[in-house]
Amino acid sequence: MSYPVRKFDAVIVGAGGAGLRAALQLSQAGCKVAVLSKVFPTRSHTVAAQGGVGAALANMGEDSWHWHMYDTVKGSDWLGDQDAIEFMCREAPKSVIELEHFGMPFDRNENGSVYQRPFGGHMQNFGAGPPSQRSCCAADRTGHAMLHTLYQRNVQSNTHFFVEWMALDLIRDSSGQAVGVTAMEMETGEVFIFHAKAVLFATGGAGRVYESSTNAFINTGDGLGIVSRAGIPLEDMEFWQFHPTGVAGAGVLITEGVRGEGGYLLNKDGERFMERYAPNAKDLASRDVVARAMATEIKDGRGCGDNGDHVMLKLDHLGEELIESKLPGIREIAKKFANVDPVKDPIPVVPTCHYMMGGIPTNYRGEVVAPSGEDKEAIVPGLFAAGECACASVHGANRLGTNSLTDLLVFGKSSGDSTVKFLKQNLEHKDLPHDAGDLTRERLDRLNNQINGESVSEVGAALRQTMQRNCGVFRFPDLLANGVAEIKEVAQRVMRTQISDKSKVFNTARIEALELDNLIEVAVASLVSADARKESRGAHDRADFAERDDENWLKHTLWFKEGNRLDYKPVHMNPLTAETIEPKVRTY
Amino acid sequence: MLFRIYRYDPDKDAKPYMKEYDVELGSSDRMLLDALIRIKEMDDSLSIRRSCREGVCGSDAMNINGKNGLACLTSLATIKTPVELRPLPGMPVIRDLIVDMSQFFKQYHSVQPYLVNEDAAPDTERLQSPKEREQLDGLYECILCACCSTACPSFWWNPDKFVGPAGLLQAYRFLADSRDQSSSQRLDNLEDPYRLFRCHSIMNCVDVCPKGLNPTKAIGKIKDMLVKRMV
Repeated sequence: MSYPVRKFDAVIVGAGGAGLRAALQLSQAGCKVAVLSKVFPTRSHTVAAQGGVGAALANMGEDSWHWHMYDTVKGSDWLGDQDAIEFMCREAPKSVIELEHFGMPFDRNENGSVYQRPFGGHMQNFGAGPPSQRSCCAADRTGHAMLHTLYQRNVQSNTHFFVEWMALDLIRDSSGQAVGVTAMEMETGEVFIFHAKAVLFATGGAGRVYESSTNAFINTGDGLGIVSRAGIPLEDMEFWQFHPTGVAGAGVLITEGVRGEGGYLLNKDGERFMERYAPNAKDLASRDVVARAMATEIKDGRGCGDNGDHVMLKLDHLGEELIESKLPGIREIAKKFANVDPVKDPIPVVPTCHYMMGGIPTNYRGEVVAPSGEDKEAIVPGLFAAGECACASVHGANRLGTNSLTDLLVFGKSSGDSTVKFLKQNLEHKDLPHDAGDLTRERLDRLNNQINGESVSEVGAALRQTMQRNCGVFRFPDLLANGVAEIKEVAQRVMRTQISDKSKVFNTARIEALELDNLIEVAVASLVSADARKESRGAHDRADFAERDDENWLKHTLWFKEGNRLDYKPVHMNPLTAETIEPKVRTY
Repeated sequence: MLFRIYRYDPDKDAKPYMKEYDVELGSSDRMLLDALIRIKEMDDSLSIRRSCREGVCGSDAMNINGKNGLACLTSLATIKTPVELRPLPGMPVIRDLIVDMSQFFKQYHSVQPYLVNEDAAPDTERLQSPKEREQLDGLYECILCACCSTACPSFWWNPDKFVGPAGLLQAYRFLADSRDQSSSQRLDNLEDPYRLFRCHSIMNCVDVCPKGLNPTKAIGKIKDMLVKRMV
């Protein structure tokens, strides 16, 4: 018995910033597109982005996309692909202006232009400084304003949404072409096949692989789990960003915009310690640099609080007026989750898992690429990805603040354009393979019939602890090896999860079990890739290989689910039109 | 800590019932949502919506001790026990604390919730002074959680005809935007005995909004615009 089939030109999985931006291109081109989302679109995690979107508009001082590009390459610790980075930085101003035309309520300057604030790692004059004001923002609610604006534009364009539908597996035909997905309607528990000429993943991040995370519960790496089960590798999964300022204990994000507006970090002696670690950029150094400095202060006994396990973010000197106008959301969060009013007292903060630099390998047009024969980057026909779930790669080993929103706008659009182009060249649906839906059925049957299994929450906790303990800000050879062994055991347990609730109606126990199937692929990929990379680069900092090793490791990791196999491919050092930015020592 | 939670699964329950849970909280549990996640670990059949857990996504709105609010922003330290949790009032229940929000979103969609500007797009941003931009504060921050509309008796009685506070707040968000050119159509769309004028300013919406927004004030401003248009 097969699942009922619904036919569309294209299916987009995910309705956060990238999915919504891509959907606009398809809707406006008159394509019949289905956008699937686990949650109502405005509940997607883009909503939580705070500080801004990076684009060299030069509204508040000199700036150029070349400088933005330099900062992004340097921020990536030279692992980012320079063609993709050039494309993103060059397109960014256009994308932001277009968003403003869509109605985005950006903050404004006296002359009516979009207000921009400084952000970590963004400088003028090819890194020389002074800091560039490049982050276009709507107070500290930029992601919220952006996500709602993009949703509203899709309402105007009559985009067809399937709200509270969870995609389960990718369907590829015998040639490897993507021809659809299986998906479950959460309200009824019914599974359908979405038969399409093209599939675009925009499923966001997977920060829920860590115990302590700024990410929403829905960030379970669904797109990554789905493609890895379908034989497509995951790229650079060892690179996880720890945001310097998560609220200690709660994990909730405090934007880097606080430091952009003039806030700074203090240790227990009241010392502004970033002056020691990054004499020029200080508190506005790259996130990996600041997170490591904080972790070092804490490790060396200069942390604050009874347990010395956090540092303080001071912003009271900015004054109530500025905090109320530029950082109102932060004040709300600090009061609610840290019991402090930042107008008077500093906020206790600690590095917290925030962003996945790796993901589904794509080129800068949003086409998914995977090794085939000699070609390390053969295009997988009909398959596209954008946003955090994709690895273009623009963030390399470390993402700059504001570049996640830039990424999802620019690549949301370019992947949408690529999909439209593909649809024009492929007018007919390819046939579904005879086994379409079988994998999904096996997974659902296994879960429904499991006996003597473990609860999803127990196994999920084991997964998160394994990642937290063994794959954190600082990485040690014994912990990484231990982590690989442990996560393989957890993977066995994931195959035996059991739910007591068998109802068909909005069964969130079943949804969480299916999400865990995706999280485990992400966690295994991360640990195996991290254990293998014998150098320190960006967010991957190894005690036994303290230096960056361009001779051996200036290359992207590819992890394959089958056999836990690793492969590598070269970094694109050639931009599209600009000059190559040659690797050099990275200091701030 | 004691909880009484509304339970209903149409797949197996003939009718809804209240179920009691006695939960041992962990040291890191601060908010009601943390407690609900503990309960879900004990009983995986409890269904709720949740995502960001910091009050920006709007998923976990529910009726908490008789008042609508977000579970993730409700502190356990100050809550009255036993904590009684019910689905948002006036909406069809899908299961447990999950309600069918179709009517709510239909009303939101009915107000043309997007910027209309027919002028050719300039190469740069459309200019807007800080003062003009300030008019959007207190409006654009809405998270569409539905706490307000489902606390409003007018919306309970006429969910198909009265736009409700959330939809009207967004209607005003675009009326207030200096870049928008569709004011007269927007006002036409609301000039009706039900869509706008069922609001009797009882301010339940203001009382429950977890983001501290004021839909009643926005509705008053729309009414002012309609009056001004008449004279």
